[in-house]
Amino acid sequence: MLSPDIVGRTFVGANIFAVTEESITEFCLTIGEPDFSVAPPTFSIKITLAESETLLKDSGLDWNRVVHGEQRFEINRPIIAGDSLRCSSTIESARMVAGNEIVSVRSDLHHEAELVAASWSTLVVRA
Amino acid sequence: MVYFGSARMSNYDVGQELAPQSFTINRALLVGYANASGDQNPIHQNEAFAQSVGLENVIAHGMFTMALAGRYVSAIAGSAAVKEFSARFLKPVVVPAGVDVELMVSGKVVEIFDSAIKIEITAMCGDIKVLGMSKAVVEVK
Repeated sequence: MLSPDIVGRTFVGANIFAVTEESITEFCLTIGEPDFSVAPPTFSIKITLAESETLLKDSGLDWNRVVHGEQRFEINRPIIAGDSLRCSSTIESARMVAGNEIVSVRSDLHHEAELVAASWSTLVVRA
Repeated sequence: MVYFGSARMSNYDVGQELAPQSFTINRALLVGYANASGDQNPIHQNEAFAQSVGLENVIAHGMFTMALAGRYVSAIAGSAAVKEFSARFLKPVVVPAGVDVELMVSGKVVEIFDSAIKIEITAMCGDIKVLGMSKAVVEVK
């Protein structure tokens, strides 16, 4: 179980992710997207899931038992090459359901002061 | 870039079914997605490892399946027009070695706003529904 005192807290990631043309192109190519001028709608998972992994492992959670349950994106504007994104992660809830711990994390991606995209990951820690 | 429909608002009605599209998932694409996304979990590449943790075989990243459904949504009016996108991962997509697994994605218009449409997306592998509660909001002119 995650400690209840980290639920509701926001952790600002230490890293800034410099989005490159190459990283967008590579992502597009694996899904057959012909337009490389902006990032596809799920591109930000590349940043946010790794940040959630770091945060939750540091909080004592066994990442090897984690299964992705749900994912949601709200995209204010598409991510483009040249963006420098910082991820803030908030553990919105952690609860036990039928022996599994269900953790909800909100991840906000900012380029400087601009909120580019917000996303929500529901992660299931198998018992 | 020209997208099908060129996404004029007048082209859409609530309840309208959008043309389905088939996508391929295979081991090589899982390696490509692992590199593109940074998710190198061996359950998506290594059969022996996948079976050691109780899976029947290698499974696709849930986010790869969602990314392909996202490609379907982007085809409506371009990636830049996608404002919201959500999905629940219902069942894993099992990817045996040497096999092209077919993912069939389809969509239906469920709501029309002033300058956007909401689409409900279905993603199937054979008769197994792999994504549930999947919706996208797309800006259209």
